[in-house]
Amino acid sequence: MTENVQDTTTATGELPSATELERMYWVMLTTTAADARAQKEAKAGKLQAAFYPVRGMEAVCAALGAVLEPRDRFVSTYRNLGDALAKGAALPAIMAELYGRVDGVSKGKGGPMHLQDEAAGLTATTGIVGSGLPIAAGLGIAAQLDGDDKVVVTTFGDGATSIGAYHEAMNMAALWKLPVLFVCQNNHWAEHTPLAQYSASPEFARRAASYGMTAHKIDGFDPIASWRAVRDAVAAIRRGEGPVFLEFETYRLTGHTGTADYSYVPKDELAEALTRDPAPNFRDWLIRQGISTPERLDEIEKDAETGVADAFAYAESRPQPEPDQLHEDVFADKRLVPDLR
Amino acid sequence: MTTLQETSTAQTAKMSAAVAMNSALDLAMAKDSKVVLLGEDIAEPMGGVFKVTKGLSTKYGTDRVRSTPIAEQSIVGAAVGLALGGYRPVAEIMFMDFMTLASDQFVNHAAKFRYMSGGRSAMPLTVRTVVGNSRFGAQHAQTLEAWFMHTPGIKVVMASTPTEAKGLLASCVFDDDPCLFIEHIHLEYTNKEEVPTGEVAIPLGKAAVKRAGDDVTVVTYGPAVPWALDAAERLSEEGISAEVIDLRTLVPLDLETVLESVGRTGRAVVAHEATRFCGPGAEISARISEELFGELAAPVLRVGGSYAPIPFAKSLRAVPNSDDLVAAVHQVTGR
Repeated sequence: MTENVQDTTTATGELPSATELERMYWVMLTTTAADARAQKEAKAGKLQAAFYPVRGMEAVCAALGAVLEPRDRFVSTYRNLGDALAKGAALPAIMAELYGRVDGVSKGKGGPMHLQDEAAGLTATTGIVGSGLPIAAGLGIAAQLDGDDKVVVTTFGDGATSIGAYHEAMNMAALWKLPVLFVCQNNHWAEHTPLAQYSASPEFARRAASYGMTAHKIDGFDPIASWRAVRDAVAAIRRGEGPVFLEFETYRLTGHTGTADYSYVPKDELAEALTRDPAPNFRDWLIRQGISTPERLDEIEKDAETGVADAFAYAESRPQPEPDQLHEDVFADKRLVPDLR
Repeated sequence: MTTLQETSTAQTAKMSAAVAMNSALDLAMAKDSKVVLLGEDIAEPMGGVFKVTKGLSTKYGTDRVRSTPIAEQSIVGAAVGLALGGYRPVAEIMFMDFMTLASDQFVNHAAKFRYMSGGRSAMPLTVRTVVGNSRFGAQHAQTLEAWFMHTPGIKVVMASTPTEAKGLLASCVFDDDPCLFIEHIHLEYTNKEEVPTGEVAIPLGKAAVKRAGDDVTVVTYGPAVPWALDAAERLSEEGISAEVIDLRTLVPLDLETVLESVGRTGRAVVAHEATRFCGPGAEISARISEELFGELAAPVLRVGGSYAPIPFAKSLRAVPNSDDLVAAVHQVTGR
């Protein structure tokens, strides 16, 4: 199962509605713009936080956002901005969290690696590689016990495929047919180490299938192919058919962190990947298909940029938590904190 | 719920700690459909290697009492997910040594999710685990509660009697924070006593004075309580009156009860089976010294495990006993 934007031009098959397609475009652009601005502010020292850019994964995020419902639960990673936006978390509160401000999604106590917004179904994000998978399995058990057809989605990079938690959780999910969608955002880099240098078995979808679950590999630069794969997987999971693994082939279009040098990335590889940059290609496709006019897409771009600028302005204007908030939320009851007894 | 004080009139049955904890889990599952259990071998026919979950999968089904793969990281990780999903999971980690495998999920996730979410994610999960044996050697014997006391966000509980095991476990299950409930292998089946068959409620963070005394305060918990009481009995024969405090929970720590007692006796020994070096006693004795320095008649002493992996050979002894405590009390009382 591999498609790309060019193939999709001629492929027959169901498409999202024009409104959904335009929202996907908005998610991609907002992610790209927020990513760029966060990197700029991190480099300038204004945003004092480790920030992990999403560039290259926008189409996958947009596809997930277009299919999932608010009741579906999402467990993301530290590279989470696109996931959070796609799932419907509000950008100003996300940005306030990046800045450690009291109006952030986690009251400034979590930071960029720890976004959550239960109302949007963004249940948790973790800064530990691979740790989201067992948590998603647990949420899958919860969903199964709830007896409804909600789906749990967990995203992770290809680097996570090397860690034990990944294997334990996949085995557990397949064993109990848990309603979990495993989304591997394969960007070909585990921090600063390329795929070929950390695995002799880089066919992740094939590996996943060996646990006893449905698994597919998709061109993650192609928003339509990604949307179709997510739609089919989520439908199967809702029918109670057990977990699905989707490997989205992408490429990390920036460094590992927002401030890191990425001269170690081979120039030809990066240049080739940039020719497949999802958002500009998607724009061309939407126009060629007659779905959107260039003017309409300009409007969406402007809207995304304004939204990002407003969110950063909001974040920067908000206060940090008061010092007396230090011991709040350690336990449900603050009086139990040893330092206060 | 019946309080411990009211249990004298309640219906009772002779129970070991394992049976009492089974009863606590049974009552919790009957009361709240959100209580679910997971762990290795916990469903029938095994009912857990220590039999604490015996019969529960038959009664409540294998959806709520799940035997898992051998995968500690995912057992606790799934418990974290269940807690985020609105459930009250109770995970069994067969030996405390295996908490090393589950530490990422317990320390980096369970302990911190409430805090990292600004209080928006509750984490009502309990991990039950077992310490104390040398029959299996050094990897199935460690008493590691100090590690978890040192991690903000985790409640650490260790019972010393069947009734208290029942009451404290129930409190953990219905607590909204992550609780580590540590059982001792020698207390699982020995020391049977009359335990209320209905609910027993013992709040977390309240120590119990197990023996009143005037000359010295022995601060202890878990498996050390029986041998501390034995030492106190021997000391009384010499005319030394020792007060024995069973902390029951290490986090939250009931310092108030400890300070009140040591304030009276002027002497304290902290006793536990965990390694003495950087063990729980280091914190407790430091707090006593900080708060009561001027009132102490002698330095606070600690009795704890000697600094070595738990040896297999019977001739080697790392874990302290009542003789060590009697010696320590002689030292602080100068008698």
